Amino acid sequence: MSAREEILGRVRSALVDVSVSDPVADVPIDWEYGRPTAMPEVLARFVEMCEDYKATVARCDEGSLASRVAELLGSAGVRSVVLPSGVEQPWRQAIESAGITVHGDEPPLSRAELDAIDGVVTAAAVGIAETGTIVLDHAPDQGRRALTLVPDTHLVVVRSDQVVSDVPEAVARLAGAVTDGAPLTWISGPSATSDIELSRVEGVHGPRNLLVVLVG
Amino acid sequence: MTAQAQRRTPAPPPGTYLGMPKFQKNAKEQLANEQLRKNLRHATGTIRAKRAARVEEVPEWEELRLAGEAIKNRTLRHLDTYLVQLEDSLQKAGAKVHWARDAAEANRIVVGLVQAKGVDEVVKVKSMATQEIELNEALEEAGIAAWETDLAELIVQLGHDRPSHILVPAIHRNRSEVREIFLREMKQYGTPAPEDITDDPAELAGAARRHLREKFLRAKVAISGANFAIAETGTLVVVESEGNGRMCLTLPDTLISVVGIEKVLPTFADLEVFMRLLPRSSTGERMNPYTSMWTGVTPGDGPQDVHVVLVDNGRTNALADPQGRPALRCIRCSACLNICPVYERVGGHAYGSVYPGPIGAVLNPQLRGIGHEIDQSLPYASSLCGACFEVCPVRIPIPDILVHLRKEVADHKRGKPKLEPTAMAAAGWVLADHKHFELAERVAGLAARALPNTTFLGPLPWPASAWTRARDLPMPPPESFRKWWRTNRGEEQQ
Repeated sequence: MSAREEILGRVRSALVDVSVSDPVADVPIDWEYGRPTAMPEVLARFVEMCEDYKATVARCDEGSLASRVAELLGSAGVRSVVLPSGVEQPWRQAIESAGITVHGDEPPLSRAELDAIDGVVTAAAVGIAETGTIVLDHAPDQGRRALTLVPDTHLVVVRSDQVVSDVPEAVARLAGAVTDGAPLTWISGPSATSDIELSRVEGVHGPRNLLVVLVG
Repeated sequence: MTAQAQRRTPAPPPGTYLGMPKFQKNAKEQLANEQLRKNLRHATGTIRAKRAARVEEVPEWEELRLAGEAIKNRTLRHLDTYLVQLEDSLQKAGAKVHWARDAAEANRIVVGLVQAKGVDEVVKVKSMATQEIELNEALEEAGIAAWETDLAELIVQLGHDRPSHILVPAIHRNRSEVREIFLREMKQYGTPAPEDITDDPAELAGAARRHLREKFLRAKVAISGANFAIAETGTLVVVESEGNGRMCLTLPDTLISVVGIEKVLPTFADLEVFMRLLPRSSTGERMNPYTSMWTGVTPGDGPQDVHVVLVDNGRTNALADPQGRPALRCIRCSACLNICPVYERVGGHAYGSVYPGPIGAVLNPQLRGIGHEIDQSLPYASSLCGACFEVCPVRIPIPDILVHLRKEVADHKRGKPKLEPTAMAAAGWVLADHKHFELAERVAGLAARALPNTTFLGPLPWPASAWTRARDLPMPPPESFRKWWRTNRGEEQQ
């Protein structure tokens, strides 16, 4: 008997006491999915919680976005960035005119090449106010996962209509991307650890600087 | 050159978990270690306060716990359905699915997959399942170096040590011990720690970053576990903090995930419950820094050769016991460890397993059986205070399961007919019919009249000796209440 058949057989004989075959009828779940969490001001909470997790947050309007991105990169000491293919053209121009070297990812950069680049600029899929979380679904304006992992500074642009109150609304918004097979990366502040005496240290393997620009 | 000299990675301490003496003996030794108790008191106190503050923020916390419990119950009670669905979703997403009956089979599968890639090292994401099956040693025996990349796991590995906590495996080490380990060991396995490094946690984390970066950048194969596996979509979820998980899950060409069969969740939507319960319960954060979710192979992004090994290794034993089954709801948050007065004093090593604390005390005897001294002693590693249930995000009734397992252990050790079931069967016969009951009363009354000056019955022969060894059994009265009633009040009744 294959391991598969044997394990499934063991599971079935372990569950002889379960007589209702429909899981939904057998165990009702008293929970309403996708509910928003009540809060006075979603965008303000998003900013507050991102900052609480030691991300740098800037707010701006659409018109000043590109220049703001370039300015923030400059003040973070970033001299080279990688831009995913789908990022907006004006960002690229503003970054280049600030004297920062821009790399594309086509053909894909090697790990060593990525490791030598200071930063990455991306869009986002969803922002979660209650937890200060940014979710990437790695669409073309966010690039493949390695881009937002290896460089030490990640600047992420979140649009105000992408920000939801809490995790349930976010999960509901992300369901389509997951069904399409997209990977997701949930980011809450810069890389951190509490492994030594539970004392929190920002910055281990992921980007040590997280810059968030909230537009609109 | 001896076999030991040819090791690729730091050797763990000698001995095996199952060879460990009973909990009470280990606990005594650990209690003598004052440094350990100080480290643990500080760490568990800090994390308890953080958790409490984050839970307090969520007004519907109890509803969330009930939802978490219900979703896990639904999954476990129909586990075959969801496992088959998970396998199908994974395969459609381009992942290869393997099944392993036990640790040895899981290790064989993983070693085989790594060897097929022709590599002699792998990077690892912190994973309880791979700790449980002792995969690192299986890889080492096959000449493959497995590098732990979580900071705490790295401290444990470089320290020739064993993990003592589910979430923070090096919780028993303080900063100066970590510094010494890094200074002594890192240079033997790659980028050394700077000679002038202090015991500042930020500097120590920086040394780990430099030490591991070269390993991440060259790794061809990574091994992970999974916090959740979504049946509906085939999505695996890894919840972490440092980014070492993202490195392992993203950079190598091949990814092998070892997943316990109880990790499955029915739908992606169910994550809205668990992604709120887990971070607040485990690290006391609103959200952990990084969570990765991936669905099989994503063309042009991350590993293109994706394997999932579904492991039983005793889980179906726990599943078969309806009273023990709730332990499989565990999402490995470690809130029960942090709140436990016993764990806080003795630490994780006394439990003889990668699963210490209250959850370990119920999980290990169920996963491994109760044939060994250590597993027979674990259900007694508790004062039954109930704090573990109060903080459990999926409401596992740990104290109830501990009591249930104590009975199992007692029955197992006795290994002969049990008094209580025998007595209960006899009582059942007596109480089933009023004629049986009256007969029993007459027999008892006769016994009493035969021993007129006795107040208590002394030790009785087996099987009743199990009861009377430590208790006095009052003499039955010569006349029963029913007989007295008939004689004195019988007329009124009619």
